[in-house]
Amino acid sequence: MSDQKNLDDMSRSFALTTKLDAIVAWGQRNALWPLPYGTACCGIELMSVMGPKYDLARFGAEVVRFSPRQADLLLVAGTITEKMAPILVRIYEQMLEPKYVLSMGACASSGGFYRAYHVLQGCDKVIPVDVYVPGCPPTPEAVLDGVMTLQKMIKDRTPRPWKDNWKSPYTESNPNSELGQVR
Amino acid sequence: MASATHFPEVLKSDVLAKFGAEQFKFVTTPVGDNVIEAPKASTHALLQYLKEYAGFDFVMDVCGVDYPTRQKRFDVVYHLFNSKDFTRVRVKAQVADGESIPTATNIWKGADWFEREAYDMFGIVFDGHPNLRKILTHHQFEGHPLRKDYEADAQQHCDSVMPIHFNNTPDQRGDLLDNRFVPINIGPSHPAMHGTLRVMAELDGETIVRANCEIGFLHRCFEKMAETHPYNQVIPYTDRLNYCSAPMNNVGYCKTVERLLDVTIPPRAQAMRVVLCELSRVIDHIIAVGTGGVDLGALTAFFHLFTYREKVYSLFEKLCGARLTVSMTRVGGMAQNAPDGWFDDVLAFCDEMSDGVDEISKLMLDNKIFIKRTQGVCPISQQDAISWGYTGPLLRATGIAQDLRKSNPYYGYEQYNFSIPTGSNGDIYDRYCVRIEEMRQSISIIRQACKNMPGGDYTIRDKGIVLPEKKDVYGNIEGLMNHFMLVIKGLRPPVGEVYDATEAANGELGFYLVSDGSANPYRLKVRPPCFAIYQSFPEVVKGSMLADAIATVASMNVIAGELDR
Repeated sequence: MSDQKNLDDMSRSFALTTKLDAIVAWGQRNALWPLPYGTACCGIELMSVMGPKYDLARFGAEVVRFSPRQADLLLVAGTITEKMAPILVRIYEQMLEPKYVLSMGACASSGGFYRAYHVLQGCDKVIPVDVYVPGCPPTPEAVLDGVMTLQKMIKDRTPRPWKDNWKSPYTESNPNSELGQVR
Repeated sequence: MASATHFPEVLKSDVLAKFGAEQFKFVTTPVGDNVIEAPKASTHALLQYLKEYAGFDFVMDVCGVDYPTRQKRFDVVYHLFNSKDFTRVRVKAQVADGESIPTATNIWKGADWFEREAYDMFGIVFDGHPNLRKILTHHQFEGHPLRKDYEADAQQHCDSVMPIHFNNTPDQRGDLLDNRFVPINIGPSHPAMHGTLRVMAELDGETIVRANCEIGFLHRCFEKMAETHPYNQVIPYTDRLNYCSAPMNNVGYCKTVERLLDVTIPPRAQAMRVVLCELSRVIDHIIAVGTGGVDLGALTAFFHLFTYREKVYSLFEKLCGARLTVSMTRVGGMAQNAPDGWFDDVLAFCDEMSDGVDEISKLMLDNKIFIKRTQGVCPISQQDAISWGYTGPLLRATGIAQDLRKSNPYYGYEQYNFSIPTGSNGDIYDRYCVRIEEMRQSISIIRQACKNMPGGDYTIRDKGIVLPEKKDVYGNIEGLMNHFMLVIKGLRPPVGEVYDATEAANGELGFYLVSDGSANPYRLKVRPPCFAIYQSFPEVVKGSMLADAIATVASMNVIAGELDR
């Protein structure tokens, strides 16, 4: 009996007990590797978020990856045009699970003040978005808040029906498209 | 700008002596722009003559204007610039729907993309153009969006990406890929390429056999949006052209509208605009130099320089509340006065920044690796640079000291003491040298402007142009009525047209504005500096190494916002 007690004491000094889900979520939310999909003005403001003053590294997201294969957070920063939309979907499809999308700024979220013939009215028309950050462009603080919101979602394992029910908008309308073959 | 009321006699008599008959109409607009209206059959000969004998060596812009009620509905407008005596002339020809006009690409190489854009936006066909196809809209787009009968919000979806393609010049193999070479696609959203640019190349080993770039991935319809918004509401859209130096676009646009209105803004507003512009030039060059280093693998410069950019953001935030897209100007002056002590803050920043520039100069320009990667790489000759329509730091890197701040001074630039840095080889290294030296010159201009900041009002007080101050709107009936009338009726410039240009960070930023007397611009064409520069990319990188092509794109400082508009 006393041996058991010693073992408990000893293990408490170097181990902790938790649930598997919780520890995985802890790892996921503190090591988000963003892919900066900067297309316009928001891309410049995203540089500030990464830069020395605001420093996204403090939230565990400093490893910027330009390859979708190595990233799990897609930062859509800037206007997505009709011409760009198929490429955005292809990038999203190439990302590995678990993956998250943060839409930065008015244009990415809704088309912004470009209610125009060549502008997609929000990137959620083609990919599932987890967090929308308003602003034109949003301040870096707002983007940090968006990332923290996402971290909370991961921690709480918030259900994401928009993601679960998502289907590529191009596979049905265009079965021969090379977009459909992306695995 | 001095407003001449007559068309220059020498040019007129020369043209008449050469072409005889009274086929041309010579017009000088009320604000002093010289226009030659020519029948489309003789446009090509006239342009050739103007270039070779009248010294108009730059084609700054080619664009269309749509007048649906007219029998020949389109105007094709050429904006020419003479770099010897700094004069401009505009050539206009009328073209009916379905007709064609001879191309100017065999006179100036730089007409290439501008004509493609006119074709894409209006459906104007240019005879003999080597590669007349869509440039800004996606390949599944039907119709021509800048025609007046195209609805501004009629979206057309795109569901695929164009395969690798090249220009179809007559002596080339067209889009057929040669199986001896490796085709490669870079971008958009590629580790080695800036945001929305797409470059395609065929490689023989590491050497580029031919290259092509596809643009339009950020075409967000600036010109159509300008036609559907009142004059002052266009200002936020101009912010988002070259978003690295947003205030410069505000200034360029407002200056154009003010020129059409024929108003002069007060000295304080002029000096404030100069300070804003030069601060913007510094932070634009910070991005250009910083990302240029990143593309060569040097991250330090970027992070180091970004600290200074943050400081300018703080200054902007203190001035108007916004960091990046400031929309600080209004037609007629500035939106508001600078807060107390702001100019002292700017001066303090100048001291920090000049140390920063020296550091960055040592870090980059004296760095052996940087020198080896950039010196002698993809140079461009003076002749080619002019022919392509290069302006700004890239033109000056070839040794031509052309700068609108010196040649056609505005806002009192003639009273500031500064020099125009030039390079000698036109290679990538010289481009960065010019940019870094320009930062020093800009800091010197900012210091002079801040120390001699004139007092007085920050805007004109014309009731038909500028909204009254809030205390008048809420405090007295005249102010309220004035505010109401201006908001309901809108700012209405006289019927007419104007082209005006400022020296932006990348080169000549021109606005061609046509007004029909209503509250919205009838047509607003932007002449983006990097559009002209980037079109030379396939030719400039031909025969060089792939890694050098990446360095070239970075040195061109292509900003998608103004490239695709």
